[in-house]
Parts: sequence; structure tokens; C-alpha cells
Amino acid sequence: MAVTQLIGAKIHRREDPRLITGHGHYIDDFVRTGTAYAAFVRSPFAHARIKSIDITDASKAAGVVGVFTARDFKGQLAGTHPAAPAFTAAKKYVPERYPIAEQEVCYQGEIVAAVLAESRAQAADAANMIQVDYEELPAVMNLEKALEPGSPKVHSDGPDNITWDIPYIGPEATEAAFKEADVVVKERILQNRLAPVPMEPRGVMAEFERFDNKLTIWMSSQSPHFIRLFVSGSMGLKESQVRVISPDVGGGFGAKISPYPEDYLVPALSRMAERPVKWIETRTESIQNTTHGRGQFYDVEVAAKKDGTLSALRVTQYLDAGAYHGTFGGFQAVACLMAGGAYKWPGGISARTIGILTNRVPTDPYRGAGRPEATHLVERVVDLVAQELKMDPVEVRKKNFIQPKEFPFTQHFGLVIDSGDYEKALDKALHLAGYDELRKKQAEMRKQGRYMGIGLSTWIELCGFGPSAATAPATGGIALAESAQVRVLPTGSVIVYTGTHAHGQGHETTFSQIVADQLGMPMENIEVRHGDTAEGTAFGYGTYGSRSLAVGGVAVSKATGKVIDKGKKLAAHLLEAAEEDVVFEHGSFHVKGSPDKSKAFGEVAFASYGMGLPEGMEQGLEAVAYFDPPNLVWPFGAHVAVVEVDAETGAPQLTKYVAVDDCGNIINPMIVDGQIHGGVVQAIAQALYEEVVYDDDNGQLKTGTLTDYLVPSAGEVPNPFIVDKTITPSPTNDLGVKGVGEAGTIAASAAVINAIVDALSPFGITHVDMPATPDKLWRMMKEARK
Amino acid sequence: MKHKVSTTVNGRKHEDEVEPRLLLVHYLRDNLGLTGTHIGCDTSQCGACTILVDGKAVKSCTLFAVQAEGKNLMTIEGMAKDGELHPIQQAFWDEHGLQCGYCTPGFIMAAAYLLSTNPNPSDEEIRKGLEGNLCRCTGYVNIVKAVQSAAKTMSTAPAKKAPVAAGGE
Repeated sequence: MAVTQLIGAKIHRREDPRLITGHGHYIDDFVRTGTAYAAFVRSPFAHARIKSIDITDASKAAGVVGVFTARDFKGQLAGTHPAAPAFTAAKKYVPERYPIAEQEVCYQGEIVAAVLAESRAQAADAANMIQVDYEELPAVMNLEKALEPGSPKVHSDGPDNITWDIPYIGPEATEAAFKEADVVVKERILQNRLAPVPMEPRGVMAEFERFDNKLTIWMSSQSPHFIRLFVSGSMGLKESQVRVISPDVGGGFGAKISPYPEDYLVPALSRMAERPVKWIETRTESIQNTTHGRGQFYDVEVAAKKDGTLSALRVTQYLDAGAYHGTFGGFQAVACLMAGGAYKWPGGISARTIGILTNRVPTDPYRGAGRPEATHLVERVVDLVAQELKMDPVEVRKKNFIQPKEFPFTQHFGLVIDSGDYEKALDKALHLAGYDELRKKQAEMRKQGRYMGIGLSTWIELCGFGPSAATAPATGGIALAESAQVRVLPTGSVIVYTGTHAHGQGHETTFSQIVADQLGMPMENIEVRHGDTAEGTAFGYGTYGSRSLAVGGVAVSKATGKVIDKGKKLAAHLLEAAEEDVVFEHGSFHVKGSPDKSKAFGEVAFASYGMGLPEGMEQGLEAVAYFDPPNLVWPFGAHVAVVEVDAETGAPQLTKYVAVDDCGNIINPMIVDGQIHGGVVQAIAQALYEEVVYDDDNGQLKTGTLTDYLVPSAGEVPNPFIVDKTITPSPTNDLGVKGVGEAGTIAASAAVINAIVDALSPFGITHVDMPATPDKLWRMMKEARK
Repeated sequence: MKHKVSTTVNGRKHEDEVEPRLLLVHYLRDNLGLTGTHIGCDTSQCGACTILVDGKAVKSCTLFAVQAEGKNLMTIEGMAKDGELHPIQQAFWDEHGLQCGYCTPGFIMAAAYLLSTNPNPSDEEIRKGLEGNLCRCTGYVNIVKAVQSAAKTMSTAPAKKAPVAAGGE
């Protein structure tokens, strides 16, 4: 019975037995008696005026319960779509957004009508019978043209197409460094627009109970409490009258954080129809309407010295916000604050972000949100400097790293990096990859006309959102602290409620590991519950931004500590000892120095519900804790990608991938490795395959199915794929943990693209934009050969 | 107009009257309540709905329910026998071959077919054999490991090789 036998151990997941046998509970697995099915009619145009909607045929169609347009929802839903302020902007314009369009549609897929029918098929049939007469308006698709004074507007009544403009640090801050630079390197770096594609699309089922004035919503969400907050407000209900249940969720990746139009419309339909209503998104609807990520370009300029010192950086982010300001879309501007990466930049950093409206679906956080973009740009420009100076990219990195003794390190935007040892991770990755041999092999292969490249990414991130001082102003008032409740039942088993929400991360397992170790009991005695706003604490903040362990797990640990504290008081009373003489070890309370004088945890739990408690002590053994972290946490690592580009076809082949990551202390290494695997592949997907493409002129989505939007399969994954770690505990929380959910995605695109550029450097190629498709690389080589 | 369809699903006989346009996956989920078979796309790309039809892996969104007339079907719910996990299920658990779990039933069924035709596949053969299924969480690393591990278990314990090749019996 060791004390910390579970934390750090490869414990098989408790959630798996139900999931591998087909007994998980995803949103479409629920049905209520009397359910009616919703289908939505969506705009086929990127930008149009709605002239009229004819519902005559649809209303008469078989099985139809009702047909609804914007007018019908007026008495049901109030207010506009929420947009978190994120950062204080010099200029801000948030177009008003309603769940259903009345006069103007601003992206392809925007909802214009809803049908309710007895079956899904009947709802879909009737939706097809609705005739909408549109007058097409010019679509704004190009970011640079959208900024021109005479540009058509995304919203015909808007002032312009700029949703935010934030000059964080002006160019004057870096002027001296640029004047004194030996070399200045410039690049425009694109971030392809991506669709998150969780394998389970979104879905909402709502049941409004008219006589109780209560609403229950089942939905696939990463943040059920936020949904309760938003939907209750819009429907004129008290927060306490709404219950949101988010059961097993088939992946989120950021796309299930913000509220969506359907999250309001389905409950409103239930209230109007007086029936439970269910809507499940199709994949085509998902790629068209679920928020996208990235969709940006950066103008980057670096001042460097001949010896490889990176002096100063200038960054402007041009971000495609889509047709509306995403609820948490502004957060993507964090890319600017992270643009310096793992390096010191003694001459400063200048940064500005411009959020630009276009007639596309809005962008919002997507796995990494801002940090993959920052890593990609800084890791790219470090290589550009190395290439320009004919230096080894390893040498340039090592020369400029923030050093272990310099932590906590305050970077240029005032953020304090908690801990790190960047060179250690890099050395380990280089060793695992066999870097020196790879360079030799590269030279030999080049002689044979073969183009192999080695790419590095020495990435860092900030996560664990987050400290109230930073997050409350950014969300509009709610701090992204986290809550936990630990409730010990009379017979000693424990229920842990967390305000985080797992959708693949395995919290039922890892949070049990933490509590089991603290209470010295087997995991089987502990149930971890989440995803139901009717249970647990007053507010849970959800799962995103690699925050669940570093904020939620710490809250769980704190609440468990409070339970032990109360147990100690009661045990002292039962043992007739002074409280300070009682210690809790291996699941029992005993008097210091006399281990025989003891009470097992279960005995104390049972006694807590009985009589004869100490003066002033209430019955029961349970505690609630909130954790407001003093700082964000800062994982880091070093990745090495090896790519061979086929000289004839341009096809890039990832022949090896090495990831060395440091997420602080580890609760379950199996889960950590799994997060890295998935994260890395998601970034490889961005680097090589995925891109949401719209027609440049008319705004038609051209990649609306998984046939054209290329999510990689098992055959596209690098092999060998080596994962290892260093461990640098975070001083920010008692568990010493950081975060790992987004790490792989933040790291990997830069390593892959750097490898491709390295492979093609004999052609004089210095930059390749994503996705690096065979035809793109083939054309670049062909152009260079001329 | 409804059509009669009779099938054997996980060893149990079913007879229903269905609309001719009803997809097999909807029949399994909505009519039979077998919700372990999932739907992840509408173009037969993702493989989340993979089941065995007469022992062969089939995306159940590519068939109408009426096309399953007389067929022997096996879904994820039929894999564990007498409370004991199928070796492939066990391997997915042991090797952390799933995260959110949504694609998992489809992968397990596709793997079952793969191992019934190739009991000892190489890494490359596993990757090729599972190309019809998409996973967004695992990067496929541990899925491939799970299939390798299941192959090993099944070849050393032939009795457990049960359901697949025989068409679900």
C-alpha cells in the first residue's frame, strides 16, 4: 500500500469497457417519448438578401409538426450571440447575430427556416420543399481586399469588415534592433482554414416542461455550464430552471465550446411544439456550419545578427473571423502574445492582430487556438534565419533559448513563463532521431537526386486557463477557475464532481487516480462525474485549452484535501487525541507515534453521519473547492520530422517523427502519450492534407464532405513515430502539472513544414505554405528548375 | 410502402417492415436499438458504422435495410460473449486504442474482418486494412498496436478466434 501508487502509473481507462462494447451514450443514442425531429433550411449563398420564404408545401407534407421562420422565434429567444471580448481592442465591431436569419444571410449554411416532423426523414423531406427567394449579394472572401476602403461589406449595414484591431506593441519598440540588424528576413506565412471534424458531429435534444417551466438539454458539448448560462438567458429562464446534460462526447477539439444557433433553436422549438425535439448534425452540415479554426496569414519580419542571435520580431496577424465574431474567436489573437516562442528576442517584439470579417462560417478555437499559429510562425522564421546565415537550425535555436536558470521568465507581453528546460528536450529529441546520422544520410541522398529534409520544432505554449485576473475580463466576467466537489457517502465510497468535461481525455481515470492516492483507497471506490449541470458545484468551466488537469484536477485535489482535514478533526475526536497529533496515511487516521491508535477512513466517514460529533461540527463528509490558478502553465518540447519529397511527383513522405514533450508531472503516461499521438497527427493533417476551401468569388464551400476534406487515415501517419518526454514540474500548482491536450497540435506543423523546406532547399526554396500537397511541391520544384 | 426484411443480428432473428429507403445503419440504431454502431459522415468515408455482413466488414450506411434481407449481421454489441470481451476489444482497452470512443466500434469491426482474412498482418497491412475508418483522437498509433496485440492473442488462443469468418456465428 504505497502512498503514491496510482499517480504516474499506466492505469487502464475506466471509461473504456462501455465504449469498446457499444454501450457508450452519445447524444444520438438518447430519445424521449414523443420526440419530434428538427431539420434546418440553410442558405445556399454566402451572402444574400432573403426576399421571401414559401412554406406552403412543406407545411402540408407528411409527418410535419410545424414550420418555423425567424418571426416565430421572436417571442422565444432574446439577445444576440455572445462574443467574449478576449483582448482589449483599439477598434471593435461585433455584428449582431441571431440564431436564425430574417433579412440577410452572411455565410453559406446560415439557418433561415426550421421544420419539425415525426421522423428525421420526414423533417428532411419537408425542409427540401421550402422555397426561399434570395437576392444574391457580393461575397467578401479575400482578407486583403476586405480591408480596402471600397470593399463590399460582409454585413450590408456594417461600418466595414474589421471586427477587431489590436496593436499590442507598436513597431517603434523594435526599431532600434532592426536598424542594428545584420540580416532582416521577411515572410508571409499562411494558416490554412481547418474544420475540426470531431468524429461525432454536434447534436441537441431539448425537452421543455411547460407546467414546471423547466428545460432539459442533452447535447454534445465541451462546456455544459456555459451553454446553460447562454441558453437560459436567451429563453428568459432562470439559470436554475435549465439543466444541460452532455453525455459521452465523441470528440470536441474546440468546436463544441461556444454556443451555436441550433443550441437555442432546438429548445425554443421544444417550447413552441410542447414536445421533446431532437436535431443531429450531418457531416455535411458540420463541415459547413461548425466553427472552423486557423484561416489566417501573418506578415513576419525578423532582425538577426550574423552570429545567429535573434534580435527582434515583428508580427501582424490577419485573421479570418468569418461572418460573425465567434464567441471565443478573439482568443485566437493569443498567437501574437506567443509569437516569440522559446526565444529571448533582446531587441523586442512588435505585434498587431486584425480580425477580418468574411462571408464564411465563423472561426473559433480549434485545438491549440493561436498557439499552433505562433509556433508555426516562429519556428519557420528561426529556420529562415538559419538558412539565410547558413547555420544549423539546431545551433540557432540553442543560441537563443530562454535558459533554465532564467525561469520564471517574463516575456515581452508581460506573461510569466513558469519553468522549462528547452535545450534538454531538444537534445533528447535529436538523440532519438539520430540527427547527425540523418544529416549525413541527407548529404548522400542529395547526391543521388533524392530530397530528404529534417525539420525541428522547439515549441512552447501557455495553457491551463486560467487565472481570474486574466480570464474574467476576457470572457466578460466569468473567471476560468475550476470547481470540484468531493462527497464521501456513509459507507465510505466517494463521488467526485468536476466542472471540467471529458470528451476522450479520460478524466474518469486520471481524476480517480489523484483522489485514490490522496485518500489511500482503491480507484473502484471512487466515481468521477461530469457533464450534468444538475450535479456538482454551481458552475463548471468545461474542457478546452489544456486546462482540465492543471485547473480542474487541482480543484479535485484541493477538495479532497478539505475532506481529509475534516476527517482529521473527527478522527482526533474519536481517538481522543489532539488534532495536530493525528496523521492521515494509507487510508487511515492514526495518532502520531502510535499507529495502533487509528480509525480507517471508512469508519470516520460513517461516524460523520452519526451522533456525538465534536462541538460545532456538522454531519457529513464532503467539500467543494474552487481553484483559481496564480499563473498559466507552460508546457514545451522538441519535435523532429523527417520527410522525403519525391522529386518526380512532389509527394512528401513522412519517414520518421520524434516528439519529446514536457507537460510537467504526469498522472497517467499512457493517456499523455495518446494525447501527443493524436495532437501530432492533427497538425500533420494541417501541414499536408486538410484545408477548407471556398470559391474565391461566390463563397461556395468546395470541401463540404470527407471526400474533399482530407482527414488522414492510418496509412498517412508517420512510422516510426517515437514519443518520449522530459519532466519539469510546474511551480504553479501543487500537483506540478502542466497540460498536454493541445501540445502535439501546437508543435507538429512547424516540424513537418521545416522538414519539407529543408528537403527542397537545394532548389533555393525557403518557404512552403500549408497544406504542402504534392501538386504544390511539384510546381515549386518545376518553377525552381527553370 | 413498406417492405419486409428479416435478418439475424448478433445471433438473434429479426423481422420488420421498413421503408425501402431506410439505411441499414438507421435500422440497426432506430429499429433494433443497437446504438453502438455510430454515424460519423454522410458519404461513407468515416467507417464509424462498420459492421459485419456475412462475416465481411461493411459500412452499414452503404446498404439499405432491405438489402440485408436474409443476411447474418454482427454489430459491436455481439462481440463480447458471456460477459467476456472479444480479444480485439480487450486489446483496444489494453493498448489505449481509443479516446473519445466514437469511431471505436467501427474500428473493432473492421479489425475483426481484417484478422479473419489475415490473422498475422504486418504493420503496413493493418494500416491498409483500416484505411476505410477515420479516427480523430488517437493518431492511429495505438489502434495499430491494439490490432497487432489482438492478432497475437487470437493466434495463441484459437478458441477465442470465434465470430468473424463464420459469418457471425
